[in-house]
Amino acid sequence: MELEEHLFRREAGRITAALTRLFGMHNLALAEDVVQDAFCRALEVWKFRGVPENPAAWLMATAKNRALDVLRRERTARTYAPELGRLLESEWTLVPAIQEVFSPAAIKDDELRMMFSCCHPRLAEESQIALILHILCGFSVDEVAGAFVSGHAAMEKRITRAKKVLAESKRLFEIADSQDFSARLPAVQRALYLLFNEGYHGASPESAVRAELCQEAMRLTKILLGHRLAATPATHALTALMHLHAARLPSRLDTSGNLSSFFEQDRSRWDAKLIAEGQELLNLAATGPELSEYHVEAGIAAMHATAPTAEKTDWRTIVSFYDTLLSIRPSPVVALNRAIAVAELEGPERGLQELRVIEGRERLLSYPFYSAAFGELELRRGKRKVARKHFEAALLLARSPMERQFLQKRMAACEGEDSTAPIPQDRVGKVEAH
Amino acid sequence: MSEFLFLYRGGEGGRSPEVAQQTMQKWMTWMKELGAQGHIKDQGHPLERAGKLVKGQKRVVTDGPFAEAKDIVGGYTLIQAKDLSQATELSLGCPIFEFGGSVEVRPIMQLSM
Repeated sequence: MELEEHLFRREAGRITAALTRLFGMHNLALAEDVVQDAFCRALEVWKFRGVPENPAAWLMATAKNRALDVLRRERTARTYAPELGRLLESEWTLVPAIQEVFSPAAIKDDELRMMFSCCHPRLAEESQIALILHILCGFSVDEVAGAFVSGHAAMEKRITRAKKVLAESKRLFEIADSQDFSARLPAVQRALYLLFNEGYHGASPESAVRAELCQEAMRLTKILLGHRLAATPATHALTALMHLHAARLPSRLDTSGNLSSFFEQDRSRWDAKLIAEGQELLNLAATGPELSEYHVEAGIAAMHATAPTAEKTDWRTIVSFYDTLLSIRPSPVVALNRAIAVAELEGPERGLQELRVIEGRERLLSYPFYSAAFGELELRRGKRKVARKHFEAALLLARSPMERQFLQKRMAACEGEDSTAPIPQDRVGKVEAH
Repeated sequence: MSEFLFLYRGGEGGRSPEVAQQTMQKWMTWMKELGAQGHIKDQGHPLERAGKLVKGQKRVVTDGPFAEAKDIVGGYTLIQAKDLSQATELSLGCPIFEFGGSVEVRPIMQLSM
């Protein structure tokens, strides 16, 4: 029997969340040990005996038994979950209490509790995402480091520090308190948004890793959507945004595995089902007065997803969406995307003007696609030599072989003499900067 | 055809869930292949790491085996092969080597008169 892809990883996150509720947040390391142990057992037994009928249930049951052992053996040595403490003290109540913690509905809530716990206000956003990946998505420290193109030691330090902050709170975030819940929800949405973006636009050179980050972000967002208090219009908009972007993932690489410019993407490879689902979700998001950045970004993504070609895109509406987005969440990257849309609407000169006045543009100086945008617009108005210089600068900043190859191709497009006539076939090489 | 015992030692622990899953797929693929070629007499069993060690005239019982992790026998398989060199050849595909483990190939003694 074949195992579902990434089954171990996902179950590891689920079981860790359940065990942490049982043992208390301060015993996270113990929960992780129990999980590790359960997976070792699975590996040992299954390689001889084959995969059982329901592998997820087998893993869960093994972890549950191991948890019982630990609680029986060390009942007096540690203090466990404050809210379950009394139940775990007596043999009469121990087993039923554990059955309850490991019921499917409870585990779903535990994943949600852990998600909210990881988005602790004392943690930087980068740490929140690293924790989510490590604890809830079952990525090892090395795998998290790989996803963020960071060194092992640096990531280990980050995760260890973040876990210390979690441990101070003793228990998982309480999702029953609707006031606390609503207060932290935006941070959770933001973390999942950034996790998705890391997959979609991030620097990891492996496209497989990046697709996995997107999938994990979508899986966790689905858990949010499944909870009454979390299923707000903004959560719907966020889910819509992820669907609409994910629909375009397959075409971001051309048939030879190279990055392809947004304008050259083969739109027939966009996933029609995901686009339809995204639009449906966006409709569901359109209730109530709240207009979040996710609404606007999903709106922009929907315009792209439904335009038959790059030329026939409603750039005027897109520019106005970017204006709104800038007023909700001003950022140089949003301004960069807006400038590219302005160039589509009003020509390269106007785009270049906008690029030069981006507020906080010094923060874009290390981002290859800022220089690349100058290059594309200069190229479009026939200034090949200037364009080439910009691409050269971008190339020095490239973060992966894929980006390097893409920029080299753009440099090659700059060969030849400057012409006064615009070059219509060369489009802005927007690699969906974000 | 002669029979051989594969004794698997070490090569466990310390991996991420993703790597554990990939490792297991490799084991199952390897076992399946051996089975399809008619080399498996008994797929065998994994062994618990902890047990008892009984030793000496006085039958002293201790917790055991207390070997280093890399030396502990983690399981066995009964293999059918033409001769020792073929059996050894068959062991080469075992995924245990990727994680610092080893396979001991021991011929089962023939009871021929």
